[in-house]
Amino acid sequence: MAELTYRDAVAAAIAQEMERDESVVFIGEDVGAAGGVFKATVGLLEKFGPTRVLDTPISEQAILGVAMGAAMTGMRPIAEIMFSDFFAVSWDLVANEIAKTRYMTNGQVTLPLVIRSGNGGGSRFGAQHSQSVENWAMAIPGLKVVAPSTPRDVMGLFAAAVRDPDPVLFFEHKSLYSLKGEVEDGEILDELGKAATRREGKDVTIVALAAMVPRALAAAEQLASEGVEATVIDLRSLVPLDVSAVAASIASTGHLVTVEENPRLCGWGAELSSIIAEENLFDLDGPIVRVTTPHVPLPAADTLEDAAMPSASRIVEGVRRSLA
Amino acid sequence: MFGSRAQSKGQSEAVSEASEEPPPPPDPATRLALYRQMVAMRGFEKRAYDLFLQGLVKGTSHLGLGQEAIAAAFGCAMRHDDYTFATYRGHNHTLARGVPMTPVMGELMGRSCGLMAGKGGSMHLTSVEHGMMGSYAIIGAHLTIANGAAFSAKSRGTSQVAVCFFGDGTTNIGAFHEALNLAAVWKLPVVFVCENNLWMEYTPIASVTAVAHPAADRASAYGLAPILVDGNDADAMYDVATTALARARAGDGPSLIEAATYRHGGHSRADPGKYRSDEELEYWLGRDPLPAYRGRLLGAGVDEAVLAALEAEVAAEVDEATEQAKASPPPSLDLVMSDVWADGGSSWRN
Ligand SMILES: Cc1ncc(C[n+]2csc(CCOP(=O)(O)OP(=O)(O)O)c2C)c(N)n1
Repeated sequence: MAELTYRDAVAAAIAQEMERDESVVFIGEDVGAAGGVFKATVGLLEKFGPTRVLDTPISEQAILGVAMGAAMTGMRPIAEIMFSDFFAVSWDLVANEIAKTRYMTNGQVTLPLVIRSGNGGGSRFGAQHSQSVENWAMAIPGLKVVAPSTPRDVMGLFAAAVRDPDPVLFFEHKSLYSLKGEVEDGEILDELGKAATRREGKDVTIVALAAMVPRALAAAEQLASEGVEATVIDLRSLVPLDVSAVAASIASTGHLVTVEENPRLCGWGAELSSIIAEENLFDLDGPIVRVTTPHVPLPAADTLEDAAMPSASRIVEGVRRSLA
Repeated sequence: MFGSRAQSKGQSEAVSEASEEPPPPPDPATRLALYRQMVAMRGFEKRAYDLFLQGLVKGTSHLGLGQEAIAAAFGCAMRHDDYTFATYRGHNHTLARGVPMTPVMGELMGRSCGLMAGKGGSMHLTSVEHGMMGSYAIIGAHLTIANGAAFSAKSRGTSQVAVCFFGDGTTNIGAFHEALNLAAVWKLPVVFVCENNLWMEYTPIASVTAVAHPAADRASAYGLAPILVDGNDADAMYDVATTALARARAGDGPSLIEAATYRHGGHSRADPGKYRSDEELEYWLGRDPLPAYRGRLLGAGVDEAVLAALEAEVAAEVDEATEQAKASPPPSLDLVMSDVWADGGSSWRN
């Protein structure tokens, strides 16, 4: 057991996979010599050398094109898009090329690649460096979408993403980079598509992702002091989506609250809610409540950003509405 | 050599031809192979057009009629394990890698014998086993993807080369510039081939481009030599292709080739191409790469009977592919749900 930060877990996870498999290479802007703008890739260039860890120009399309072309010819590239907002300038590569090529070629092309990116708000960076874009990715057939909430999960899910034969978008939450957590020794490898129950409670199921998980847990503590016992499920990946974990939980609690950082429209909670409404309606004893960032770009000022993003108290309030 | 439009923008200055002296011609066997490829492409594309008019090729298709010498030259010059990346106008480039006609025709017709069993269509022809790594229909992206294959070849030390074909219009999109810069900085074994057919869809390239030679005039921005070649001259194309492939294989980095050519038909489907002047069309039909090359081979002493036999063989191949594709059933509907993922399926939840 060691205590690692989320950011150090990223570097450790990349190193674990590069050590294991020579075909793994890592490319991105400022990732090598500088160790990444979030210092999440420090030491990799020194360890693996400039033929496997490559600093690129500011060319998001070129970065993802390299990842795709390398993946289709026998390598397992890891590419970084510095801030997930920047996906927008390379979205053709993600949405039209990487996501569709296996299908269009009737399975001739396999794309084992990972695109990791700093996602989400809470850093007071303003609207162009703060968005949670996991719902953009989730809307596209052909992409797996992963978003860890703990240093340990960074390790296990990242290893799974690199070894997965399909393209994975790996969303690291910027406001979690300094979070510390226990990480077991030795190789850590998880399975994509398995949610984790972070807390058990009989009254309500709160489903969250990435930075919303600690907030959901804080809300659950507050609710416990009021006599409401909440289960908190960390989805860990949106594609594949662990619907059964959620369905099994609401079969006993009868209440579902989703906590989403993405702006409201078409957030992952909408999909999850519609599935539960279609398949598990009679397990519910109250309305499904979605706690989300409202449908606005994120503001910069700390007070405004905090007001926009789901907070523990808004989650508590959402739970009360479901239980009312 | 660029025809009336480009000449009016003063194409004679700045950029010099690839070589001053005409290079020695390819050996006789290569010349026959070049001719055969061009005849096959011409026969295939004409048939594809007929089948489109008959309603048997649905959706859209972009023919390479008139541009055969470029694909044929690379088809003959490339190593069997090199990588091709093409555009939606990629039938020629697919045939050039030795992909048989039946699966290509079948793909255009949406039949189960199709190269991708109908899942890709005319614009996405792919045959990985032939090194045909795909045809891409969003302008620009595949230049960056070709870089990835080249990077991979370099990393794996295989001396393979990636060759990427695209149109003149593609030189004005960001991905072109990102790809060229990175290829040059990383000295990737990639050859970029701009087929300048003077027109994007319905707009002449000269009217929207800051320089006369949309690819060659940009080469210096990436530290590359400008290479202009007559894309309708199979021998000249073969020479340029061989040189660029050798340079890439030797580890000397990318090349950017601008090949002057012309599409005989419209941009796609039944586009009659009426936006082009009769004078321009006539000029370029007079520079059709096929009859010119046939004449050159005869002049070099090739027996006409040899060429006639080759032409008859290709015609029979086109007929046979057509019949086989017509006889092939539509694809199984199971394919709608297959191969989103590497496990063969499309499941996204439990
Ligand atoms: C990003 C993008 N913009 C626009 C189009 C629509 N489009 C398809 S082909 C084409 C013309 C391309 O011209 P060029 O690159 O010269 O190739 P050519 O068709 O002449 O082979 C356009 C505008 C597209 N496919 N992708």
